[in-house]
Amino acid sequence: MTVNGLKRHLRRGLVAFSILVVFILAVSALFAPLLSTHDPTEVTLANKFAEPGLDHPLGCDHLGRDVLSRLLHGARTSLGAVAVIAGVILLLGFAVGATAGYAGGVLDSTLMRICDVFLTFPTFILAMFMIGVLGTGIVNVILAVSLTHWAWYARIIRSLVLALKNREHVLAARVSGTGRFMTMVRHILPPVFAQLAILATLDIGHMMMHVSGLSFLGLGVRPPTPEWGVMIADARQYVWTHPELIMYPGLAIFVTVMAFNLLGDALRDALDPHALEHTATDHARRETASSSESLQEAY
Amino acid sequence: MLRYILKRLAMLAPILLTVSLVVFGILRLGEGDPAMSYLRMSNIPPTDQALAVARAELGLDRPLHEQYLDWLGCAVQGDFGRSYVTKNPVLEEIFYYLPNTLILAGASLLFTLVLSVPLGMVSALKKDQLPDHLTRGLSFFGVSMPNFWFGFILVWVFSIQLGWLPPMGKGGPAHMVMPVLTMSLMSLCINTRLIRANMLDNMHARYVLYARARGLPESVVVGRHVMTNSLIPVITAVGMHVGELFGGAVIAESIFAWPGVGRYAVSAIYNRDFPVMQCFILVMTTIFVTMNLIVDICYAWLDPRIRYEGGGQ
Repeated sequence: MTVNGLKRHLRRGLVAFSILVVFILAVSALFAPLLSTHDPTEVTLANKFAEPGLDHPLGCDHLGRDVLSRLLHGARTSLGAVAVIAGVILLLGFAVGATAGYAGGVLDSTLMRICDVFLTFPTFILAMFMIGVLGTGIVNVILAVSLTHWAWYARIIRSLVLALKNREHVLAARVSGTGRFMTMVRHILPPVFAQLAILATLDIGHMMMHVSGLSFLGLGVRPPTPEWGVMIADARQYVWTHPELIMYPGLAIFVTVMAFNLLGDALRDALDPHALEHTATDHARRETASSSESLQEAY
Repeated sequence: MLRYILKRLAMLAPILLTVSLVVFGILRLGEGDPAMSYLRMSNIPPTDQALAVARAELGLDRPLHEQYLDWLGCAVQGDFGRSYVTKNPVLEEIFYYLPNTLILAGASLLFTLVLSVPLGMVSALKKDQLPDHLTRGLSFFGVSMPNFWFGFILVWVFSIQLGWLPPMGKGGPAHMVMPVLTMSLMSLCINTRLIRANMLDNMHARYVLYARARGLPESVVVGRHVMTNSLIPVITAVGMHVGELFGGAVIAESIFAWPGVGRYAVSAIYNRDFPVMQCFILVMTTIFVTMNLIVDICYAWLDPRIRYEGGGQ
């Protein structure tokens, strides 16, 4: 087998792995109550630090709660929160970015200045501050993480729309009498959506780390709600005696983030119309003189 | 160049003004009734009369823009009020903890830069060979690793299993190793990938072909032409790393009980200590904005194209 063949196989294997992981996560998030054997918040002190066994496949935590059930329900909390965040960010980013890019003029510059304001703050610090003011809890976490992340999307969507606006096929559509709105829907939205799918998938891991990171600090999802960041925070006192309690939720976050990153890379390879990416990248580079596109994507 | 710097400096004031407006807005939107929390803090029963008195005392009965200007006037003079909990001036408290955080952030940034440059370089020069695969694999793992978990893995390995490093607190350089590793992991991996990508981009550029055609030795081509051009975007990245490092500092300080400003801010959030929270975000954002300004100036200094583009507008 050639080296390239081997690489292709490895790549396919990784993609298959990431799809499998995402599938398993989706199933456990959707059917957590059916799959878990115990109530994730039920405290049974008799089972404190119970060893893994038939009844508790991964053992129990410091309050005798079943670890596996908590992990399954945690998938529900974390993924659910991230799904809502991604939805809010895409909607908001899309509304602002597409309007700005397509309308141009005063509206464009006003909207972009608003984005600039949000980009001025260090993201995590701003999210912390918002939660500090609004209070903890999952709704406020979703609000804080969405509000701190949407502006990047608005900018990227704007530069994509700008790059597409003057392409021949779009101009041809306009010249042949298609209305502004229909041109937008038919010729500009589809390629933008493809690009967004890639960006959002690559970013899901990052959002998830923010949600769990805030929960870990005690600023996010409130215990006893099972969430992976909360589980790590719960287990931190017992790192000397029961390190496995910290390993399970951490591994869950790590594998999830990795799977979404792999999937995002694969989506990019599969979907990316290369020319579009280049024009958009050039645009974004000119637009955001102080930031490189690849870095935006990476963060 | 001087004109460019002056122009950028002039932009600092409006940026910070908007920042203060947003912070004030969030505070007023979310705080609910400040008079109520003031009474609660002072242990006064919240009767209608007491609320009215407190509102007048706090100036809440005046129009919003007057309140903002008052608040801003105090903030500019460094008066952010007193902490609800310790009753000390907030800015003093923040400045007491801030150096500890800046030490960690500075060391992490240095570590990121010192390690990512050779890693990215080797990876690009040995593309598709073992060093490249190793670096890429590791940086892929690194960007997927949540820092609040990585910190505990370090504790488990280096403090519990090997007993090499102290698990928490501030002390000698040994105390800094794990916090710095925790904080810099993400930016290190991102930077390594960035440098690799830049080098590969530049190696196919025309000027490199020309340099080779002139018969320059490979070491000069790579060392002088490819390297310098590949490192310029890294300067921009530094500005963004600082933002990420501040977030990482909050987490690392929490894991390693490091007496920094992030940990202080988290406890302020638990106590709903609003003056501390607002001072924290304003100070951190000011540092972040200033760092980005310095980065932009360095960038313009190194890359004349930016300077001229900015001047032409």
